[in-house]
Formats: sequence, structure tokens, C-alpha cells
Amino acid sequence: MVKPNKDTSTQESLIRVEQLSVEFGQHEVLHDIDLAIIRGETLAIIGESGCGKTVLLKTIIGLLHPTRGSVMFDGHDMARLGERALTRERIRFGFVFQQAALFDSMTIAQNLAFPLRQHTQKSATEIEEIVVARLTEVGLPESARFKKPAELSGGMRKRVGLARALALEPEVVLYDEPTTGLDPIMSDVINELILETRRRHLVTSVIVTHDMKSAQKLADRIVMLYPLARLQEGEPQILFDGTPADLEQCRDRRVTQFVHGEAGERLREMQNGL
Amino acid sequence: MSKDGSLSDDKTPGGGPIQAVADWVADLGGVVTDWLVGLGSVALFAFRTILWLTTRMVRRETLIPSFYQIGVLSLPVVALTGTFIGIILAVQAYGQFHLLGMESRLGAVINLSLVRELGPVLAATMLAGRVGSAMAAELGTMRVTEQIDALSSMGANPIQYLVVPRFLGCLLLIPALTIMADFMGVVGGALYSVYLLNIDWHHYLKHSQNYVRGFDIFAGVFKSLFFGGAISLISCYHGFHCDPGAEGVGRAATTAFVYSFVAILLLDVVLAIGLESVYLAFWPEGPKLF
Repeated sequence: MVKPNKDTSTQESLIRVEQLSVEFGQHEVLHDIDLAIIRGETLAIIGESGCGKTVLLKTIIGLLHPTRGSVMFDGHDMARLGERALTRERIRFGFVFQQAALFDSMTIAQNLAFPLRQHTQKSATEIEEIVVARLTEVGLPESARFKKPAELSGGMRKRVGLARALALEPEVVLYDEPTTGLDPIMSDVINELILETRRRHLVTSVIVTHDMKSAQKLADRIVMLYPLARLQEGEPQILFDGTPADLEQCRDRRVTQFVHGEAGERLREMQNGL
Repeated sequence: MSKDGSLSDDKTPGGGPIQAVADWVADLGGVVTDWLVGLGSVALFAFRTILWLTTRMVRRETLIPSFYQIGVLSLPVVALTGTFIGIILAVQAYGQFHLLGMESRLGAVINLSLVRELGPVLAATMLAGRVGSAMAAELGTMRVTEQIDALSSMGANPIQYLVVPRFLGCLLLIPALTIMADFMGVVGGALYSVYLLNIDWHHYLKHSQNYVRGFDIFAGVFKSLFFGGAISLISCYHGFHCDPGAEGVGRAATTAFVYSFVAILLLDVVLAIGLESVYLAFWPEGPKLF
């Protein structure tokens, strides 16, 4: 495994994933993951589908529970927090879901206002002002707020999802495949919005993606996860941990294959039914 | 046994009758364990719902749409079903009562059947079909499209936000739907008996009044509370634990209805026995139809 060239021990880590394993029944998805995310950094987690990227992201925010190990956020073990404390910590996060996960029974304005109504004492007028401001930030017209999510295109829904995640000005933003399923221009628009968000607020970002262009453009540091079933005995699940420049220099064939999008022996394996 | 000493999962035939019986017992044990785990899981879900109901105020904006969906939109279909059941009871019972020359007592049997059994059970069945499966499908879609995860990630408890209003809606409005089914059934049965079967209006009313007790109406409405609670909890549980994809959502909706219907009948048996015992404890002479 390539070690990060930053000395993370000397910097304040906001999120510490310690010996984390997650199993669903008999199926283990994550095994013994150790990861420290420093305050203010943008970390991209890459890896092929099914390697556990989204599971890791959902475990960080406490939507999934670790089978072993822990996720420490700002000194709190997320799995051991009570309901109220977990809510208090969760609203320090913003989560951008892969398919935006907008509430389809609500209008766009109601979607954006939801976290503000839940956790602030702001008046209806103040909330409306924030909603309009957030929509403008992600490049959507004011008129979009009266529409239902089903009336919007995929790119617009993702932008609303981003605006909703940022509504409470979170310290950490978790992005689950923010550019998947979008055309190249809209993908770059989303990338630019993520960069813009980072410039505007001092946020720590964790981006799960298999879009190498996004990872290279956005990340300060890249971590590559590998499916457990394909690892050799005793090998760590994190195949690579380093900067985007290190990734270019990496000689691990599994990493270079992923970075350059080459099927290699995988096609033969699939044809042989492995 | 496999090489490492563990029991193999593959059961090969030919292990002798003892092995066959052992396998059968093991399979049965597996089914019973799964069933008990499922039941425990529903009970835990119900407990968490009641806990949230008692610890936090329900928001008006979540309560009103639920009440509208569950109560107002179910009213026409429940009223229609009640009317037809009243008429059907009159049609079916008339022949038998006519043979005995007791057709003037038709009102007693129609109205007693309606308020004690058919009104509450039919209102509950319609609610399970119309609202229960829709709730399971809606929550299932929310689960599949990560909307429930989105709620949690924004610090809103999904049980408090999604289940509690639906539970309250079913619990508080099913008595009203039951009364509506009872009323329309009574009216439908009475009109058919009097105007089409030519039963004397005075006798029809007098016998109804003599034999249908206030306790019968209370028993029907009281039972409906349990039906409403069970429908909402079972349907929301299946929506929350929906398998991925369109197939998972469809299965959640179907399972929600089937289990709700079984629960309605099961609760009906238990409550009917319990309420009858209560009645006999207070009025030991018991109900007399003739």
C-alpha cells in the first residue's frame, strides 16, 4: 500500500475510522479499515462498484453500524451516541446522495427548507430567503422552487441535493458518487460547485466516486478500496492512500488498471464465470 | 461432516430415516426461529413508534396529510362497502327467516352482525387494502431511493417523521370509518328490507332496538382501534424493511396487506372472546336474539 505523504499524525483528524469492519449477514464488505480524515481536507474514495465505498460513507455518518471497530467524529464514537447526541453530530454533516434522494412528495423549496425547519428557529421569510440563495448558488432559477423533484432533470436534482446538503452550512460534506449518470458537462458543473463550496466555507469533504476525472480535480488525497473477495490473504483493503500526484506514480497493477479504466484479466475472468 | 469438522449445508438424501427426521426438525426450527425473529422485530418497531409518540409532539404538517389520506379519502369506499354489505345481509338472511316466519326480526340480525363484526372488519379490510398497501409501497420506495437515509442524515428520526403520523391517523380515524360502515350498512339493510322485502318498518326498528345493545356498538368500535393500530404498524414495518427494486416494493405492498388481514382476523377472534367475557361478567343473563 502507498502511504500518504502527509504526516496525518501531526494534523488534527476530524474523522478517525479505526479497525472498521462491516458485515451484512455472512457477507463482509469492509474489513479492518483504518483511515484518518483531516479537518479541511478533500478526500476522494475510489474503487470499483461493490468494494464498499458507499458503505464506508454511510458508516461514517452512522446510517450503518460497524460490526467491529469504530468511527470517531470529533472525539465521539458515532455508533455509541444516543438519539439526541447523534442528531446533534449528524447536522454537522451534509450528505449528497447518489440519486439525490429528494423527498418526492415535497416541492424543491420544501426539500431545501426541511433541515432548516427541523433544526433552526428561523422564520418562514428567513427560510425562504435562504432557499432562494442556495438555489442561486447551485445555478438554479428561483422558479424551480415550486417544482416537484420528478419534474427536474438528473443534473438539476443533483444540484438540489447539493443545495439541501449545504443548507445548514455543515462542517463535513459527504458526496456519494456526485457525477455518476451525468453528461460530461454537467459532471464538470457539479465538480465546479463542489470546489466553489470548498472555497466559500471551510468544509471537510469526502467524495466517493469512480470518476477519475472528478477525483483528480477535487481531491487533496485519494484512497482506493478494493473488493475483499479479490484480495490476497492478509492484504489491507485500502490499496492506495496518497495524493493525486502519487496515484500517477503508483506501480500496483490493480491501481493503474482502475485509474486508466482497463479491463485486463477481468474480462477473461468474467467470461470464465469467475 | 466436512473435512474441517463442520456440518455441511448440503443435505444429501439417503442419510436414513433418523437423518431425515432430524433435517425436518431442523428446517421446522429454522422456520419457527425466522418467524419469531420477525415477530420480535415488528414488536420492537411498534415499541419504538409508541415511544416516539409519547416523547415528542407530532408536527402538524405531517399529521394533516396523513389524516386526509387515511380518513377523508377512505370514506367513500368504506361507505359504499357498508351499504352493500347491509343489503347483502338482508338478501341472504331473508329466505331463512321467512321460512321460520320471523322476517320481522331481520333488523336485529342484520344490525347486530353489522355493528359487532362486519362493520369493523370490513372498514379495517378496506383500510388495509387502500391505505396499508399504499403506505408500504410509499415507504418502500422511500427506502429504495434512499429518502429514509436522507431523513436520518438530516437529523430527523424516520419513525417519528414517517410512522407516528400514519399510526395516529389509522388509530384515530378507524373508529370514524367503522361508524360510517355501520351506519351505511344499517341504512342499506333497512331500506332494502322495508321497501323491497316489504317488512313492516315498525317491527324492523323495534327488534333492532331491542336486540342491538350499546355494548355491541362499543365492542365494534373498540375492536377497530386495534385493527387500525395493527394495519399501520405492519404496513409501515414492511415499507421500512423493503427489499431493493420494483419487485421489493411490490412484495412489501402485498405482504403488508396479507399480514394486516391475518392480524385483523386474529385480533378479531381474541377481542371477540375477551369482550364477550367482559359482557357476561357485567350482564350474566347474556345476549338473547329470540
